[in-house]
Amino acid sequence: MAKAIWIFVEQRKGQIRKVSLELLSQGRKIATEVGEPLVAVIVGHGLETLARDIAGYGADKVIMVDDAKFAEYSTGPFTSALNQLIRQEEPQAVLFGNTAIGKDLAPRLAQRLGVGLASDCTDMLVDHESFLAFKRPIYAGKAFAHVKTNVRPVLATIRPNTFPLATPDLGRDAEVVRANPSIDASDLKAIVKEVVIAASKRPELTEANIIVSGGRGMKGPENYAILEELADVLGAAVGASRAAVDAGWREHKYQVGQTGKTVSPNLYIACGISGAIQHLAGMGSSKVIVAINKDPEANIFNVADYGIVGDLFEVVPLLTQECRKLVQD
Amino acid sequence: MGVNIVVCIKQTFDTEAKIVLDNNGQIDPNGVNMIINPYDEFAIEEGIRLKEKFGGEVTVVSLGGSRTQEALRTALAMGADKAILVSDAALDRVDEWTVAEVLTKVVSGLAYDLILAGRIAIDDGSSQVAVRLAENLGIPSVSSVLKIEVNEGEATVMREIDGGTELIAVNLPCLLTAQKGLNEPRYPSVAGIMKAKKKELKSLTLQDLNMNAEDLVAKMQIARYSLPTPRQGGRKVPGDAAAAARELARLLREEAKVL
Repeated sequence: MAKAIWIFVEQRKGQIRKVSLELLSQGRKIATEVGEPLVAVIVGHGLETLARDIAGYGADKVIMVDDAKFAEYSTGPFTSALNQLIRQEEPQAVLFGNTAIGKDLAPRLAQRLGVGLASDCTDMLVDHESFLAFKRPIYAGKAFAHVKTNVRPVLATIRPNTFPLATPDLGRDAEVVRANPSIDASDLKAIVKEVVIAASKRPELTEANIIVSGGRGMKGPENYAILEELADVLGAAVGASRAAVDAGWREHKYQVGQTGKTVSPNLYIACGISGAIQHLAGMGSSKVIVAINKDPEANIFNVADYGIVGDLFEVVPLLTQECRKLVQD
Repeated sequence: MGVNIVVCIKQTFDTEAKIVLDNNGQIDPNGVNMIINPYDEFAIEEGIRLKEKFGGEVTVVSLGGSRTQEALRTALAMGADKAILVSDAALDRVDEWTVAEVLTKVVSGLAYDLILAGRIAIDDGSSQVAVRLAENLGIPSVSSVLKIEVNEGEATVMREIDGGTELIAVNLPCLLTAQKGLNEPRYPSVAGIMKAKKKELKSLTLQDLNMNAEDLVAKMQIARYSLPTPRQGGRKVPGDAAAAARELARLLREEAKVL
């Protein structure tokens, strides 16, 4: 029986998602620890050039499904493809990024395989009984569940920004195996008609290294311009609290918190955010938290590594200037 | 044309709830205010709107303890027609697979064109059960839906993806999971609350469904729960705005090393 750790490598228009590279980086460490091969599985169309990048991040083998019928992600065909490959090769574990695709594909696949799935994990350890054990936030990070399964393969989706990126070894080679899984009519009951990617030079909220976020203290939608300016200097994403979204100042896709996105960037800059429990749940796992708020009693200061008590409309533009100087150095 | 809709809902802790572990290391539900999972409210609202437009029936289904009846009554008060609760002491330790198996049994006994659910439950946050249910029923599913247009035998839906949206044409019957932005859920009216008292709320056990707990043993085991280490916050950067901004930038680069 082939024992291996599989990483589902997600790509869009030939661009590999950062979380997939994070998973390859961490998967390499685990594969070495348990002495089993690390296998990347990539599904799409026009993928030839990607094998080298994948090898550089530590894969021993790349299973490539490269066909026009897989050009756009669609639940049915992708589930069928992975189901066939997994039943054929019997890997020990299959890991996905907890992205829009991972969240859609992994549960469907888990059910077809009749196995469990650990969703949105923020840690993964080798376990002697169950191969891998996972830590996953519940109640949006107010608690953690430590989970494992005795069923194989072990399936998990891992939150972006959980594991650091390795430095790619561009000289590394991996065996590339082409596979041609079939799809049938029942896979085509849902057809993607159109994909609209918002033109944005900013990173996606859940994948961003730095997030600048604004709450009720922003006083209105027009004032987010000062956060966007700071974000531009830092290459950051711009988030919002529920108060700001409920007020209609920002779209829900930018909401951080229990009823929005859960994020764990290296740096989270909270501007005019009071620190309601449901917001803290969504960003409490950030590595460094900065709070700028004029209320010295605001709850956000209790979790902030660095706080400035002051008027954000005065402080943020000054901080932007200072950061610009640092970045230019 | 008439559209029969099944809405799967879950009762969860209020978003304001603080999480405490009891003496056995389990999540302590005592004194916690319970709500309908916020994303499931969008699913209920959408189901009622489609019924109001096309005719048909909305059935809400849930699995949980007896307290879950409150959530189902609220859905009935909003305008759903019937409710089914699966409640069984043997369903104490369940995972997403178990819940999907039970819901499959319940839903396969109903006539449906459309199944709706929230895209995620804010308690366990796993976004699995609805998609697993669709797989079991052999119907297509679309996750994280922002807009639904139902036509004869087909629906056109807009789904949120990372950094954008997708437009998807999907055959009926299908399952759709609701994202915030799909609609603004109504509050139950007084008349709605009165009517809900007379609506059918069926409570089923595993035996009623011809199912055995031994066949439903969870695939995932929770070894333990833990609470996050409280963050050590509270440090303030002193000085006027200009001095504080300069010092903060320095600290972020030199001390925290994040810039």
